[in-house]
Amino acid sequence: MQVGLKVKRFDPTDSGGKTWWQEYEVDVHPDSTVLDALIQVREHVDGTLAMRCACRASICGSCGMKVNGNAKLVCKTRVVSLSPNGEQLIIEPMGNHHVVRDLVITLDTFFDQINRVEPYLQPSFVPEHGEYVVSNESMENLLKSMNCIMCGCCVSDCTVLEVDSNFIGPAAFAKAWRFTEDPRDSKRDERLKALNDEDGGIWDCTRCLKCVEVCPKGVDPMDLIMELRESAIEAGNTNTHGYHHTESFYKSVKKNGRLDETRLAIDSAGWTNIPRLLDLAPIGLAAMRRGKLPPLIPHKSEDHKKVRELYDSVEGESK
Amino acid sequence: MKYAFYPGCVARGGAPELYDSALAVMERLGIEYVELTRATCTGAGVLQEKNLKMGDVLNVRTFAMAEEMGLPIMVLCSTCQGVMSQANHRVQRDPEYLAEINRHLAKEGLEYKGTTTVKHMLWALIEDIGLDRLKETFTRELTGMNMAPFYGCYIVRPSEALGFLDHPERETSLETLIELVGGTVTDFPGKTACCGFPILFINQANSMKMVANHTGTARDLGADVMVTPCPLCHLNLDGYQPKARRQVRGDKADLPIIHLPQLIGLAMGMSEKALGLQKHIVSTKQLVKQAEAAASPLSS
Repeated sequence: MQVGLKVKRFDPTDSGGKTWWQEYEVDVHPDSTVLDALIQVREHVDGTLAMRCACRASICGSCGMKVNGNAKLVCKTRVVSLSPNGEQLIIEPMGNHHVVRDLVITLDTFFDQINRVEPYLQPSFVPEHGEYVVSNESMENLLKSMNCIMCGCCVSDCTVLEVDSNFIGPAAFAKAWRFTEDPRDSKRDERLKALNDEDGGIWDCTRCLKCVEVCPKGVDPMDLIMELRESAIEAGNTNTHGYHHTESFYKSVKKNGRLDETRLAIDSAGWTNIPRLLDLAPIGLAAMRRGKLPPLIPHKSEDHKKVRELYDSVEGESK
Repeated sequence: MKYAFYPGCVARGGAPELYDSALAVMERLGIEYVELTRATCTGAGVLQEKNLKMGDVLNVRTFAMAEEMGLPIMVLCSTCQGVMSQANHRVQRDPEYLAEINRHLAKEGLEYKGTTTVKHMLWALIEDIGLDRLKETFTRELTGMNMAPFYGCYIVRPSEALGFLDHPERETSLETLIELVGGTVTDFPGKTACCGFPILFINQANSMKMVANHTGTARDLGADVMVTPCPLCHLNLDGYQPKARRQVRGDKADLPIIHLPQLIGLAMGMSEKALGLQKHIVSTKQLVKQAEAAASPLSS
């Protein structure tokens, strides 16, 4: 089948860096991957096209790039799945990474992020017989994160990293989660506290699900970030706006069956945090002028008493 | 068509114009509905951070109420859609988990069998009403207007739980409706990104950068208006646009953000007041003028 490729090129040597789009047309087998198509371009059409690949079996994580706007391992992506009728594919280097040339990026930022979470086991003792004995279940649990092949796709498409390069990032959080869950590690509480307190920590995630959608190995980093939040709270870290936001939300639905937007805003800012509260005031006034301030006394769902019973029933079970 | 109507907390709170405009559009289309007044908030993914199962119990309770009436649920919010779809996906794949949840619901005499579908008005208009029938109700053709779509994360991800495999057309549903009303799509990479609302109270600096980037970029690309099916995105992109644009780009808020039913209502010839367009923070005056000047499809 014929397929068109529109590739974002970058030449760092041309007067400090030149970016341009280049279009190619190749004839590929219907079972081809996007990587096959790109290799065909490089070998038969344009030898100057720079790209990186190795295993061609979605194990090595080398061939991450953006296809039609989303990060993918191109060795795992069939042409026909995105271009059933020969539609042109838009190929770009991954986002949030430093581009070296064309589709090749460095993983420097990626590993800076990973290094921030102390990505190694810190046990408190050396076992007598040279082996740590742990249960099968606890190791199987860790597989979720250990399936990560460090391809950088999640980092590429992270919507927080787009605006804040100090964010620890989805891959590093998934790695951090792995050590907080490892029964051999002795630093769980310290790790959770650091992830909770640090600028760019767990509470800065927007829950946009991009990392879950693009991860080619099913690691679902965002779900692990949510588990880290829950664990951080359980470990007594209740000093964040994020914690107050979640608590307020949970209680509001328990009390009213619905969300109390006004209360949520004030609870999240903190009742004694005068600068943050003053910051909310102009927005509140602007909304009021247009007749759309959320009600100060919240609407309740008709059966809110039954909702409270339901909360008691579910909370009672987990005790 | 008849739906179990779930407007969501924001349409009944901070964005009353969404509720009013949705009802006006539904009435014009002859859509019947029963509002789920006993249902709770979906938890918006926030409640789920503290207790995922509690969130699933609350949403399954809502599904059971709709199932009892034999009606599909219609929502007006990308976040409601996503959170409900994820909960439905979890229990439909795991009968044991569903049975566990049903045990909690039994006290209220409710049981969910797993048959309820949840559809945002965006999808319902295309899939249930149909583009031809919808277009028949239009009295204006909004040509010459550039419209940027802004989806909201939870109506595009995770694509599996949202049924994108069976409904690939959902991926471009906003563009489809923009073209149907006669508008020109302003495509931009931020259309499926985060609006910044979930971290508004947690990291406002990042949230403001997102608002400024999305609205500024769309404007730079020539958009006259941005259309969203998510009232949470609306709260941030409209309510905080003046602050974000001033703080991040040093310019003024100049991109009106409208709710999906307001767009449809404009094409149906409804007035500014009927659609609550005067309730937005970023002025919609220019937009209303443009719409009112638009030719009727019959006269063109």
